[in-house]
Amino acid sequence: MLDQPKLDTSPKVSDEVRKTTCYMCACRCGINVHMKEGKVAYIEGNRDHPVNKGVLCAKGSAGIMQHNAPSRLRAPLKRVGPRGSGEFEEISWDEALEIATGWLEPLRQEAPEKLAFFTGRDQSQSFTSFWAQNFGTPNYAAHGGFCSVNMAAAGIYTMGGAFWEFGQPDWENTKLFMIFGVAEDHDSNPIKMGIGRLKERGAKVIGVNPIRSGYNAVADEWVGITPGTDGLFILALVHELLRAGKIDLRYLAEYTNAPVLVNCDTSSPDHGLLMRDADGKLLVIDRATGQPAPFDRKGVKPDLSTSYEKDGVTHRPVMHLLAERYMGEDYAPEAVAERCGVSARRIRAIAAELARVAFEEEIVLDREWTDFRGETHKTMVGRPVSFHAMRGISAHSNGFQTCRALHLLQILLGSVEVPGGFRFKPPYPKPVSIHPTPHSKVTPHRPLDGPHLGFVRGPEDLALKEDGSPARIDKAFTWENPMSSHGLMHMVISNAHAGDPYKIDTLFMYMANMSWNSSMNTRGVIDMLTDKDEAGEYVIPRIIYSDAYSSEMVAYSDLILPDTTYLERHDCISLLDRPICEADAAADAIRWPVVEPDRDVKGFQTALILLANKMGLPGFTNEDGSAKWADYADYMVNHERKPGVGPLAGWRMGEDGPQHGRGAPNASQLDNYIENGGFFVSHIAEEHAYMKPWNMGYQEWAVGMGLYDSPQPFIFDVYVETMRKFQLAAEGHGERQPPEHLRERIRATLDPLPIWYPPFEDGHVDPVEYPVHALTQRPMAMYHSWGSQNAWLRQIHGRNPLYLPTKIWEANGFADGDWAKVTSTHGEITVPVAHMAALNENTVWTWNAIGKRKGAWALEKDAPEATKGFLLNHLIHELLPPKGDGLRWANSDPVTGQAAWFDLRVKIEKTAAPEEVHPTFAPIRSPVGTGPDELRWKVGK
Amino acid sequence: MTTLPETTQRKMGLVIDLDTCVGCHACVVSCKGWNTENYGAPLSDQDPYGDDPRGTFLNRVHSYEVQPLAESGMPHPAAQLIHFPKSCLHCEDAPCVTVCPTGASYKRVEDGIVLVNESDCIGCGLCAWACPYGAREMDAAEGVMKKCTLCVDRIYNDNLPEEDRVPVCVRTCPAGARHFGDLGDPESDVSKLVEERGGMDLMPEQGTKPVNQYLPPRPKDQVMAAPEAQIDVLAPLLAPVAEEPKGFIGWLDKALEKI
Amino acid sequence: MHPAPSVIVFTTLSGLGFGLLFWLGLGVIVPTGWVAFTFFVIAYLLAVGGLMASTFHLGHPERALKAFTQWRSSWLSREGVSSVAALVVMAVYGAGLVFFDTAWMLVGVIGAVLSAVTVFTTSMIYTQMKTVPRWNTPLTPLLFMAIALAGGALLAGQVAIALILMPVAAAVQVIWWLRGDKALAQSGTDMATATGLGSIGTVRAFEPPHTGNNYLLREFVYVVGRKHAQKLRLIALLFGYTVPFVLLLVPFSHIAALVAVLAHLGGIAASRWLFFAEAEHVVGLYYGKR
Repeated sequence: MLDQPKLDTSPKVSDEVRKTTCYMCACRCGINVHMKEGKVAYIEGNRDHPVNKGVLCAKGSAGIMQHNAPSRLRAPLKRVGPRGSGEFEEISWDEALEIATGWLEPLRQEAPEKLAFFTGRDQSQSFTSFWAQNFGTPNYAAHGGFCSVNMAAAGIYTMGGAFWEFGQPDWENTKLFMIFGVAEDHDSNPIKMGIGRLKERGAKVIGVNPIRSGYNAVADEWVGITPGTDGLFILALVHELLRAGKIDLRYLAEYTNAPVLVNCDTSSPDHGLLMRDADGKLLVIDRATGQPAPFDRKGVKPDLSTSYEKDGVTHRPVMHLLAERYMGEDYAPEAVAERCGVSARRIRAIAAELARVAFEEEIVLDREWTDFRGETHKTMVGRPVSFHAMRGISAHSNGFQTCRALHLLQILLGSVEVPGGFRFKPPYPKPVSIHPTPHSKVTPHRPLDGPHLGFVRGPEDLALKEDGSPARIDKAFTWENPMSSHGLMHMVISNAHAGDPYKIDTLFMYMANMSWNSSMNTRGVIDMLTDKDEAGEYVIPRIIYSDAYSSEMVAYSDLILPDTTYLERHDCISLLDRPICEADAAADAIRWPVVEPDRDVKGFQTALILLANKMGLPGFTNEDGSAKWADYADYMVNHERKPGVGPLAGWRMGEDGPQHGRGAPNASQLDNYIENGGFFVSHIAEEHAYMKPWNMGYQEWAVGMGLYDSPQPFIFDVYVETMRKFQLAAEGHGERQPPEHLRERIRATLDPLPIWYPPFEDGHVDPVEYPVHALTQRPMAMYHSWGSQNAWLRQIHGRNPLYLPTKIWEANGFADGDWAKVTSTHGEITVPVAHMAALNENTVWTWNAIGKRKGAWALEKDAPEATKGFLLNHLIHELLPPKGDGLRWANSDPVTGQAAWFDLRVKIEKTAAPEEVHPTFAPIRSPVGTGPDELRWKVGK
Repeated sequence: MTTLPETTQRKMGLVIDLDTCVGCHACVVSCKGWNTENYGAPLSDQDPYGDDPRGTFLNRVHSYEVQPLAESGMPHPAAQLIHFPKSCLHCEDAPCVTVCPTGASYKRVEDGIVLVNESDCIGCGLCAWACPYGAREMDAAEGVMKKCTLCVDRIYNDNLPEEDRVPVCVRTCPAGARHFGDLGDPESDVSKLVEERGGMDLMPEQGTKPVNQYLPPRPKDQVMAAPEAQIDVLAPLLAPVAEEPKGFIGWLDKALEKI
Repeated sequence: MHPAPSVIVFTTLSGLGFGLLFWLGLGVIVPTGWVAFTFFVIAYLLAVGGLMASTFHLGHPERALKAFTQWRSSWLSREGVSSVAALVVMAVYGAGLVFFDTAWMLVGVIGAVLSAVTVFTTSMIYTQMKTVPRWNTPLTPLLFMAIALAGGALLAGQVAIALILMPVAAAVQVIWWLRGDKALAQSGTDMATATGLGSIGTVRAFEPPHTGNNYLLREFVYVVGRKHAQKLRLIALLFGYTVPFVLLLVPFSHIAALVAVLAHLGGIAASRWLFFAEAEHVVGLYYGKR
């Protein structure tokens, strides 16, 4: 009996491997889909892929369960019961498209703005915005406004790019990595891979987060900060570094607007604006001559200390304003410690550690490069401290300024785009000057006058009608939130229901679960979606929705266009949009149907093309009236945004055959992508890989790649002049004037240098009555995914307790298994609680979006997601509590309009355990039934 | 075959770095996927869309909160959170093997991998009782014991590229917190890692001699740990060049001269 | 440990059955003819019935024969071998008594030894589990043997022996409980050793790996309320040992004997339920249970 069984240790793994792009979250990793007998057998990461280099997260590996989920919609649906009932009948695509064009075409002819088209987790925004622009409505955006626009906008306004898809730490060289408000957020696999690399080298990680989970759990130092005070903490670090002179003066002088002269005459209409020469070039004092000179003139040595007097007006370098602001006692560690929940000693220790690593562990790479002033440098000097931040700091009403403060800290340390620091990923950095401005001019039967979203340069770019009222339904680019670069998806339903600023006819949405976890004030939104006017008609008359799955939002829609799963579709992860580049490479990718759908469904983008073709939308139609593209794959290959530049940069057709970057459409482009593993990558030469905004070698490479049309070197804006322009308007200067009630807020919050102010909710809600901060984060195994319907993932996270810190746990005498009533100024929930010691003592939190509505996602009605899982959304309103002025004040950042999810304050009381979480909602009827009782998933024999 | 081999030619196993694991469950699900499709019966799930979803997993990630004791240097140490992946440790003295009445459980002579020959398994569950680590789970649909195979169908698989011949959990781990190799060879990368980082056995007192090793978390929150030492070292870094903005601008001027 | 009815029934009945066979084989009682037939039927119903019950929890009972192969290392396999051997040998001995009115003593003694060995092997299945400190003691085989022999004596109508063994078994039972209550704490295995994190500080389970249930939790983590356990212990002591003891003291009647046996069976079943339900498997430590 001592013989071991004979074992085949080389079994066949699969019949074929098909390589495409994951869509289980927003990271866009490359995946190898192993096929057996034509079916998906197993999914793993693609080793060659620039994003994930072979690794794959829990969601990605669980893709097979998503692809086969019983919640998949099967055919177009027409609502037959009342909204919210879930009563539908399946119809043909012909009928569905007929109904949709029957609703949309009259709007296009008469009032295109009556269509509000908002896409949720859209990875094809350059296409969906193109569709909306050609339809002619100004009302288009994706979900950035309720996600992380503060981060994106602050980054672009400050340094031409932010974190995540905009850039990354220099993982191979950084020695100290500091993260703020990062849970399982964007860029999840690359961050895990990066942290792994740091750990391998024994480099240090500092985590700043009220909650010590995930990345913060492996951080060497944990700063359990009080929510909403990160900006204050960062500015205290700035205070210490300035006082100690631990800042990179050469970097500030040469690569930022710190030396640029500012009009300091308080009586001037140009007070606070930057000084320019006749060509509009920013002026600095040249240390060689002592005279003003354009910042980019060859040989100029910008001075940070000398003021300049002209026509009786004193102009001082930005650096003066900076020193005055941050060296003041307001930002001394002792002054901020209590509010931040971090001791002054610890703030100093961290400032000293930053200074030590940045300046005593300097990195020098022997790489010769030439800057935009024409000066050639033999080396690249690096400050090996790097930062990353995400929603934890951005989803506050002071988020924009907090993100700016962090960029200021990075820049003072000279650690952006240098070895060991933070690096941009092409097509970033991209200065504001080459981004579009927003467009909102509607002409019936004509396209919009330009792209919807963009970066305002001043009040002149606001999306206002002639009468000064908002042009957009979400009030983006208005005085309420002038720099709202991603729109405000979270305000669309609320504003449409209120008819403020106007009524709409059709709401058209894609992958946005607005009647559940994607809305603040879920109950209120459900009521708005089902509310009827006096004539008995729905206040929001028509709702078209596209989703692949039976989400909660399906029940609240009139017409459903069923989408495919991610393994059944074409997609392009385009350089025109949010690409998958790495700091060392430009890259884009496709999805392609590795299996054909077995249901009557179409990829949403193809459905949009069919709609466009039916309506003959300009942009989609040839001069002879024929359709330009039959489907999305056709568009991906043959659309040209401008000659030679299309959605995909790889294998374009040149005169001598396929080439990368610019080129004509190539009929076999998708085959080339598939052959290459579903992606294209082009590496940047070593000597162009850092100092990108100033490195002419990089700039020229970027032009060749089609990222810019001409080199666009620029300096970082530690001082954002655009913001000063809004302040000037608030002070009464200029033609476009804000309404009276907003003047003071604009003046106070649109400061051109980073500031900190308490989150708005603190000012509206009694902090004594509601002493506790309440946060959410997505678990790693479900971030940005639709995981609750996933048989494997829902076993990992099938319900969510509210985690309470020791202080609250003990003060209320909680024990395991207890429940609590959680009350905000807006609402009340009753939920299970659990204890967590590694948590800020005034903060509670839970995993977001675990709670599900009964009947949704093909789950049974007694699923724990519906009985024990819950949302904090019920406690958060899209508006601040009424002030008695009759105005609707958004619960958003006053700069960008980002939803201030994390401003929430609550109180906690112990309560008897109920049967189910409160509030409860009636079950909705599932249009797809429920799933099987057992899974034994094995495709092969 | 229930008796353990006296020695194995190699001791293949995992080294799991608790300082690096971020608790993402990637290893859990990739394991579920590979082992559902490959070795033996699929890992089934019961009530997968209902109120009590439960299935067979060969690897699960626990999490623990550890409260350090107060010291003079750190009177209020912050609690720490540690993610803790756990699967079969392929013990040298594997009690799960010797209790098996049918010989279905065995430890391979060539590499020390502990396996279940499913066609011999009667599903008595005794091996799971004998395992202190919870490494074995009975599949409710198939009625046989499932456990980590160390991807024995990958690590020698000629149909896979050389670099993929590692357990799927190791291949997929985004943070690189899992390492695979021969722990019987003191010169192997994994053995050196264990040596360098103080790798440890789980429940050593159970006498199972686990092959898999865990690397302990590195000391945390050390910036403030020893105030005298730390602050003295760091203090000069923050020595002020100026107390007031005015003095600062003067300093700027001088400092710029030096560049 | 999950108190699975199949295992409780198995150990309770087969223990009693083999206990009876032990005394029969030793020749303490030498019935013949129908009386012998009755004794053996009862013994075999209990022993074989128990063994049958034990197969109910198998995932693949049709492969049960494979379980006879690993007697060199596996106590479960040894139990299978010895039980079959005991049953076969005792069948031969029983056939002599029933059909030939002959006691083949050598065969009987061998059968008795094999019956005792069977009970011992059963107990060793549990005793060997270092993972269950409550079981991992020489007291466990002692307890199983004492109960089987006392019960067997009771069933065999051996008043004198039973009157000695019943209190002995009860005493072993109490000692076993008292030791068991401290066993986990004294085992040296705790969350600190389970996780290796004890050198950092006090370890507490935070989130479970899955919010969903699993085999390990169902099989190994079973929590009995303290009061409930105390009540059951009293019931076990009262019915399993005391009532039979008292009834043995009163003049013999078939009713009293039946009541004594049934009380004993019920009491031992309660004891066995606690044997499993109170047993802490160390894997629970990974889940922060106990």
